[in-house]
Amino acid sequence: MNPKDLKHMHFGKDLLGIKELNVDQIQYIIDIASSMKVLIKAPNKKSPHLQGKSIITLFYENSTRTRMSFELAAKYMSGTAANISVSSSSVAKGETLIDTGKTLDMMGTDIIIIRHGCAGAPKLLADNVKASVLNAGDGMHEHPTQALLDAYTIYEKRGGFKDLKVAITGDIKHSRVARSNIYALTKLGAKVFLAAPGTLIPPAIEETGAVIASSVDEAITDADVVMGLRIQKERQKSALFPNIREYAKFYGIGEEKLKLAKSDVLLMHPGPVNRGTELTSAIVDGAKSVINDQVMNGVAIRMALLYIFTRGDRYENID
Amino acid sequence: MKILIKAGHVVDPSNKLNEVMDIVVTNKKISEVGENLTGKFDKTINAEGLYVLPGLVDAHCHLREPGQEYKEDIASGTKAAAKGGFTAVACMPNTKPVTDNDAIVKFIVDKAAECGFTKVYPIGSITKGSDGKQLAEMGFMKEAGAVAVSDDGRPVENADVMRKALEYSKDFKLPVISHCEEMSLTENGAMNEGFLSTTMGLKGIPSIAEEIQVSRDVLLAEYTGVPVHIAHISTAGSARIIRDAKSRGVAVTCETCPHYFSLTEAECEGFNTNAKVNPPLRGESDRQAIIEAIKDGTIDMIATDHAPHHRDEKNVEFQYAANGISGFETALAASYTYLVKPGLITIEKLVELMSLNPAAFLSRETGGIKVGSLADITIVDLNSEVTVNGDEFISKGKNTPFTGRKLNGQPMYTMVDGKVTYTGGK
Repeated sequence: MNPKDLKHMHFGKDLLGIKELNVDQIQYIIDIASSMKVLIKAPNKKSPHLQGKSIITLFYENSTRTRMSFELAAKYMSGTAANISVSSSSVAKGETLIDTGKTLDMMGTDIIIIRHGCAGAPKLLADNVKASVLNAGDGMHEHPTQALLDAYTIYEKRGGFKDLKVAITGDIKHSRVARSNIYALTKLGAKVFLAAPGTLIPPAIEETGAVIASSVDEAITDADVVMGLRIQKERQKSALFPNIREYAKFYGIGEEKLKLAKSDVLLMHPGPVNRGTELTSAIVDGAKSVINDQVMNGVAIRMALLYIFTRGDRYENID
Repeated sequence: MKILIKAGHVVDPSNKLNEVMDIVVTNKKISEVGENLTGKFDKTINAEGLYVLPGLVDAHCHLREPGQEYKEDIASGTKAAAKGGFTAVACMPNTKPVTDNDAIVKFIVDKAAECGFTKVYPIGSITKGSDGKQLAEMGFMKEAGAVAVSDDGRPVENADVMRKALEYSKDFKLPVISHCEEMSLTENGAMNEGFLSTTMGLKGIPSIAEEIQVSRDVLLAEYTGVPVHIAHISTAGSARIIRDAKSRGVAVTCETCPHYFSLTEAECEGFNTNAKVNPPLRGESDRQAIIEAIKDGTIDMIATDHAPHHRDEKNVEFQYAANGISGFETALAASYTYLVKPGLITIEKLVELMSLNPAAFLSRETGGIKVGSLADITIVDLNSEVTVNGDEFISKGKNTPFTGRKLNGQPMYTMVDGKVTYTGGK
């Protein structure tokens, strides 16, 4: 994309999901992220993009990597970053999300990064605050920054998305990562195949354009990208599958299964990985794995987003 | 007190009326029905161009008193009902405490007599505390004025308890109203299950959760020979099961609500909590099936399920938001706009669905528009168009998904026992 076009890319106040982004916006974010990545690799990781900008991470769910990724992204760009977590704030005292948001607004926050167990919580917050809201994961709804960093990783390794076969396996039903990735990759021209026990496939997901494969083998065969999702042990308590042993045998992926994919397949996982459950250690640590690249690209994507959503001209560009 | 209702278009299929007529109300009762009536009147209501209907009766609403007066109370709720054209409303027992004994029934009856704008018929609970275990005192509640029993808001989960509730209610001639929901399928559910719930990331409430219990209750009614009434049906499957049961002669009746034939789950988009209701708004094919079931008589009545909530209970995360729609002030207009106006049903049929059938179901017939009947009358301007704005509701509950919609059919006068309880218009 011509850098001149980049300057005029329009975004709204908030980033709530991939659904509302178009292909040009996604590509634009990826392009900015790739220039930000240079900074992460530099010996002195500091840029002035966020000087004088205040960034808060408001996390109602535990997270290590997403939160640290955002926080470091803000700090590398000279932003003022602060954290609120449920256990250390009035949130635990039962304050409503709207009240918390308004309080942060009045403290001069430019960006609120929210993770919440309830789908739609970022939208509720965004509708009630002046600050830009970035969704860092809401219930089973969306996790847009994860999908963007995944798309960036694929783009970096493959140079495009057209006609790529992407297999997503694991707990798709409860996964916001799966949903955001399906939207992003489908928009970008890839073909997404899903493989999971019937109990972990969400209703009518095929209406997104994704294909429900009849087996993990079918999904993986000739795939350009294989994406494993985390299986939560607690799910077996609600009768979603018998146990981890059976899950690993029939739905887990190891070296043999991965051979069904293209020889240059990218193995991805949003982390943290349950080694030996959804993916074997051999492939997690193997040559096809880009799981560690995803982590670095995550910081780059978040730097790009913080830059875009604090840019002064953003407001002028709103249609 | 003598009131002349002049030149209104009277529609009352129970008395085979569908023509422009005058009605004279003397004190509590209708004293004359005819053309060009003359005499000396204390008050004349010019009903020219308006429709005069037997008073609307709502078989299912929540007045929230006692216990949740911050959501609604009997005065505000019945005032809103009167504005909606209702002359009588039957209120569900999920008050705090639950209306599961004669003292609370008596409280509601007395409070309504003191400050009500409509008649209020309390519905007692089926089980003590509506906890689905021990039967509530149906006999004492009936004596105190209860007209039916229900554990509405939640199902009677245990089939044996439901069986016994039907068998026990029989001697007291208390209709049993069943809220059908298989709880194991609806836990944490926030909206209809389908593509939209998947993309919104909300746990879905599948149609089968309703239909499994509708089936169970139909079977219990058939087996015990005691009638059952299914509350707020929302799915094609429920309609089909009830249609089949009726054709076999099973004593089952049912109601639906205006939102199930006028709106779909699409209202939830953007996490609109005013569209969160239980059972949830369904898909378009369900909406069409509900309309079919209204047309073919499978559905006996339209009830509001008026469920007012405080704004703080709706202005939260969708998952945490309270279920319910404040329905009194849009029920008639929505029913007219989405059923009668497009020609799906006649105005006579609407009168049956919103007045005659619910009154008969609760054994509260007034006799309709005829000499000697109690003067419970709703006068409505079917042509006037109003853009709904929940903030303008009389009800304390401003929670409506109809905000912004243009509806026809505004009540202009509501008369209860000869007394005008609501006057609308310019």
